[in-house]
Amino acid sequence: MSGPTFEDDDPNDAGLVAKGLAGDNAAPLSITEISQLLKRTVEDRFGYVKLRGELSGVKRAASGHLYCCLKDDKAVIDGVMWRTGVQRLGFVPEDGIEVVATGKLTTYPGRSKYQIVIERMEIAGEGALLALLEKTRRRLEAEGLFAAERKRPLPFLPLVIGVVTSPTGAVIRDILHRLADRFPSRVLVWPVLVQGQGSAEQVAAALRGFAELTHGGAIPRPDLLIVARGGGSIEDLWGFNEEVVVRAIAGSPIPVISAVGHETDTTLADHAADRRAPTPTAAAEIAVPVLRELSAAIDEFGLRMRKCTHRPLTLGRERLEGRLLRMPRPETLVAQAAQKLDDAAERLRRGLADRAVRARTVLQDDRHRLSAPLLQSNMKAAKQRFDTTRFSADLVLRRIAERRERLDALERVRRQLDPKAPLARGYALVSAAGQPVIATRDSAAKQTLLTLEFADGTLDVVPGGAPKKRPAAPKPAGEQPKLL
Amino acid sequence: MAEQGTDISQMSFEDALRALEDVVRRLETGEVPLDESIDLYERGETLRKHCQARLDAAQARIEKIVAGPDGKAAGIEPFEAG
Repeated sequence: MSGPTFEDDDPNDAGLVAKGLAGDNAAPLSITEISQLLKRTVEDRFGYVKLRGELSGVKRAASGHLYCCLKDDKAVIDGVMWRTGVQRLGFVPEDGIEVVATGKLTTYPGRSKYQIVIERMEIAGEGALLALLEKTRRRLEAEGLFAAERKRPLPFLPLVIGVVTSPTGAVIRDILHRLADRFPSRVLVWPVLVQGQGSAEQVAAALRGFAELTHGGAIPRPDLLIVARGGGSIEDLWGFNEEVVVRAIAGSPIPVISAVGHETDTTLADHAADRRAPTPTAAAEIAVPVLRELSAAIDEFGLRMRKCTHRPLTLGRERLEGRLLRMPRPETLVAQAAQKLDDAAERLRRGLADRAVRARTVLQDDRHRLSAPLLQSNMKAAKQRFDTTRFSADLVLRRIAERRERLDALERVRRQLDPKAPLARGYALVSAAGQPVIATRDSAAKQTLLTLEFADGTLDVVPGGAPKKRPAAPKPAGEQPKLL
Repeated sequence: MAEQGTDISQMSFEDALRALEDVVRRLETGEVPLDESIDLYERGETLRKHCQARLDAAQARIEKIVAGPDGKAAGIEPFEAG
């Protein structure tokens, strides 16, 4: 270990050329040397360590190795995980996940770096796991993998059902049992690990494998898939939260029913499936209808149909009969006329009879009235009447005599009533020219000449005093005596 | 009704069942003329037989996939649930 010495120089002065100091027997180390020293120190001192930190800068190289950083709020350490370790990982590392990594500290001389070579890496607790789950869920949801419009209708009656699950355990038994109960079907089981490392890849590969089958191939292609797993912790079910499974389900051309865990455990696989069944048994119930019910329905349809076949006939017959009933019968057509005829004939007969009876009655009556004795008695009576009626002159004469008597009586009265009759008894009737009767002295005094009529003739007189005309008025032919 | 003229033997069970139900319903309304109803009945019978045949053929057959080295399905063999 002896290096060059330079006598003249102050050992503390920085020289232009490196030289050994007195008593300094340390030769400078090469970089490789120091790096090796560091490496040895670090690796010997730390060996295996267990670190907790958040993943960042996760990179998966083409070689399959994984490069990342582990950090907390103040420091960061590089990490690398070789391919073989990566393959054993129970999850897909990604930025932001808090992990516990176990490995050896080592240095990387080529870059003056130290790093941890991670042999095992786990998610740091359930909280971190849930955080990762939520993160993945949001990312895949944003991508639309869970969208309702992606969901495809399930076949009503699948011909072949593909089941992706563990070949052992209650899950497959439950499914097969319930399928057998409801509708015995052809089932293809694709056995997979449903838990632990590699399970997600197996499930995804099985889903893809079913999809790759072709119709009419040696292996029949299912028209419905069931992805199932029994209940378990979030860790147990983790495979069904992995992106590779979610994508395989979402991308399956065959409709998928998921039945992962218990009803309360919802994995991302459930979100991506076309239907989610709460249990494996429920998945079988969703998958197929009940054979007996279908059979009964078909029988019932057949029955109803057969019943219907008679229906048009029955209906037709009823309609026909209805028409027939409503159609007038020939005999009724005639019957009415016949009745009318009968009626008329009857009326004719009865009319004639009645008429005859009436006529007979009238005739009877007339005959009674026409009896000879009656006629004779009538004649007799008439004769009697005739006989008793006296037509004699006496009838006229008596009336004449009566009239005469009445005339004589009237003549006597007339004579008595003759105003000139009193003349015979000495009364005179005074008159003047133009006045047939002068009844008062005054009117007589005014006259120049009065005529007195007596029973035996008239005598003209001049009123006393101054008779103007003395000559006696020629005596009228009358014979009335003068009253004065 | 789209199935009216289609080949029944090619129909899915569900379509056939639906078609059968439709036939029954139409027959039951009694509005189908007699001649037509005979054809309809015959079609219904064919549909019924087609459906029944599918049910009669129902048979449990459980197999499992044997994967090849590439992870793809290589064949099938009878499955016994463990």
